[in-house]
Amino acid sequence: MSSKLKILVPVKRVLDHQIKPLVNAAHDGVQTQGCKFSINPFDDIAIEEALRIKTHRPQDVESTHAISIGVDKCQDILRNCLAKGIDGVSLVETNESLEPLAIAKLLAHHVKQQNYNVVLMGKQAIDDDSNNTGQMLAALLKWPQATNACKVEFNDSMTSCKVTREIDGGEETLEAKLPLVITTDLRLNQPRYVGLSKLMKVKRVKIPKLSITKDFPQVDTTNKLNVLSVDEPQTKSPGIMLKNVDELVSKLKDAKLI
Amino acid sequence: MLKFSRPVVKNCKQLLLFKRCITNSPIIKTTSYRLLSNYKSSDTPLFNGIGAIRSYANTVKFTSEVYPDIHRNDIYKKLNSDDLEYFKSILSKQEIMYVAIENDLQELDLFNEDWMKKYKGQSRLVLKPKSVEKISLILNYCNEEKLAIVPQGGNTDLVGASVPVFDEIILSLNNLNQIRQFDPVSGILKCDAGVILENADNYLREHDHIFPLDLGAKGSCHVGGVCATNAGGLRLLRYGSLHGSVLGLEVVMPNGDIVSSMHSLRKDNTGYDLKQLFIGAEGTLGIITGVSILTQPKPQAINVSFLAVKNYEAVQKVFVKAKKELAEILSAFEFMDQRSIQLTKKHIEKDTSFPLEDEYPFYILIETSGSNKAHDDSKLETFLESAMESEIVIDGTIAQDETELQNLWKWREMIPESSQCQGGVYKYDVSLPLKDLYSLVEVVNKKLADADLLGEAPKPVIAAVGYGHVGDGNLHLNVATRCYSKEVERALEPFVYEYVSSKHGSISAEHGLGFQKKNYISYTKNEQEIKMMKDLKKHYDPNGIMNPYKFI
Repeated sequence: MSSKLKILVPVKRVLDHQIKPLVNAAHDGVQTQGCKFSINPFDDIAIEEALRIKTHRPQDVESTHAISIGVDKCQDILRNCLAKGIDGVSLVETNESLEPLAIAKLLAHHVKQQNYNVVLMGKQAIDDDSNNTGQMLAALLKWPQATNACKVEFNDSMTSCKVTREIDGGEETLEAKLPLVITTDLRLNQPRYVGLSKLMKVKRVKIPKLSITKDFPQVDTTNKLNVLSVDEPQTKSPGIMLKNVDELVSKLKDAKLI
Repeated sequence: MLKFSRPVVKNCKQLLLFKRCITNSPIIKTTSYRLLSNYKSSDTPLFNGIGAIRSYANTVKFTSEVYPDIHRNDIYKKLNSDDLEYFKSILSKQEIMYVAIENDLQELDLFNEDWMKKYKGQSRLVLKPKSVEKISLILNYCNEEKLAIVPQGGNTDLVGASVPVFDEIILSLNNLNQIRQFDPVSGILKCDAGVILENADNYLREHDHIFPLDLGAKGSCHVGGVCATNAGGLRLLRYGSLHGSVLGLEVVMPNGDIVSSMHSLRKDNTGYDLKQLFIGAEGTLGIITGVSILTQPKPQAINVSFLAVKNYEAVQKVFVKAKKELAEILSAFEFMDQRSIQLTKKHIEKDTSFPLEDEYPFYILIETSGSNKAHDDSKLETFLESAMESEIVIDGTIAQDETELQNLWKWREMIPESSQCQGGVYKYDVSLPLKDLYSLVEVVNKKLADADLLGEAPKPVIAAVGYGHVGDGNLHLNVATRCYSKEVERALEPFVYEYVSSKHGSISAEHGLGFQKKNYISYTKNEQEIKMMKDLKKHYDPNGIMNPYKFI
């Protein structure tokens, strides 16, 4: 039996990865005021992969959909997804910073409701580096998971998928039946740019919004973790140039290393 | 936080090139190691900017062999052992590089060869003094002894001005590289001439300011060098030329006198503005050792858009529209023709995907920088929308994150390197009235085709490409070649200069005259002006030791 793909791509809005994050004054997070935010780069790769699957096998893909959970500003990244060619988007609006488990629960709920059969998502978000959501989502849905994908190949009947993963010292190839959660790694593809004309077209599109209380009433999103403090890593003192071995020996002695 | 590295970052790429050059050619081997040892000794960043890439080399011929009509002037003394003894007495070992025998001359290739691999001197002595006082002593001595000198900064010059023609001593400012002072209130930076532009900019960025000048070679070129050559660059449209932003200079004169106007007043209307003499003098009047410059507050929001248009007329239309609608936030307006992008594609597309799906006759890169992201975004969007609607712009993209922003700039900044990497390049950087700007590229292509020099190998010329700063009426004409040849040079010169002169343009908008254009100054400057320059030169450098055989 062959089936058509219905792909969901969850995307996160994060501090742009080129910006050096600075710890905020309260030491409970990083400074965000006036900073540039962009789509999580791994999620951008997931979007690109969804688009490529759709381009290569249009008859086998029913739809591609991107979803973001976060503040109103997430509309920007969703709009770019639309401009790139994703069929539909939605925003679950919340001002709270949710933990991976809460996100996974919300996504699981959404997946069941909308009958997606593939979730393509970044392996981790570059802001908290948790690398949890994909795995948790697979567990909640009781689906197989293929993480850190660097190559994704569906079979002819779109019933199973071969995923090549990056692992220490090499590659591992997994095969799983659909439905499936795939998380993407850097080497999978190079995301495209947004075309200007397409961007203009979607500029005024109203992004459908969902509310946690109304649309996900049965999902418990309370955070379970308590952030005690966020701090800069210790800075290393710079190296010094020495003139000769004697000086080296005496310095080592001073430092009680020999 | 994870250090994310999706694109092959500039530095990685250069690392690769660096590896390539270590393994390939024997001549480059020394060059590369030299770079490495420089790195250790002076803390200059190694794989930064285009200047550090010197990988595609055939052996460069000596300038004196390529131009046999130019002779060494016998008024200059040849370096002898007494001179060396003197230099050794005032300088430490790290400040002197000397090769005793001709076979070792390649050790100094990095200093003798220009970045384009077009000119090569035969100097055996490189001095890298660490203080202004030492430079003063050196010049005083050289003036007495009539030893010719070439001042050298990052050696990224494009007209052969920063390398010796014969055996002139190279005075490198590599070791004079300290930031002296920065005042965050006035935004005035005082630094040594040998500070690398990118280092100065990075330092300023930490203090929420930026250097008012930016160019492709920023990772190698020196602050003093850009002043001595009056470099233009990518931000001239916004911040004006160095004649405006430099507030003071410290200069060592040929007789060893140190003349300083480092006091940095924004307004100072007392007599002749002498520092202006040295900006653009290409080291022919004195050596700039310190610079005091007005820097600009760091923009809070930067946007970059890459657009495609049908013809050169549309480029002008977009420019007029951008000036009007983007107004004070417009910070760069660059254009590139199809051929320049085709060359660049060959060179970088493997690592950096091209932003548009199709190819078009002309491309435009627009940068805006301002203080309020939401304000800039909406301005730019409105502008782009109406430009697309009226079909002046037929395709385009806008950077969605910092990586895309940097990659879009790469398509403009990598053109110079891409047009030279297949052998060589003849570079012309001219000012022309906007309406005639691109016509030069067209006539040059026609001329080369008529002379049967243009086409597939073995024809010498790959293509004549045009790009540049529309905002400043400045066109870069690059003739990409498979090798340097006299035939091509004859087809181009003085044709290009005559054409520019006939359109009342300038034969050098920002690169200067140096060695390449020494004979063509009269196409832009009149007799009276040239005479005044010569008088000044004679007065301040009576022995002519400063950067001889160049434009004056």
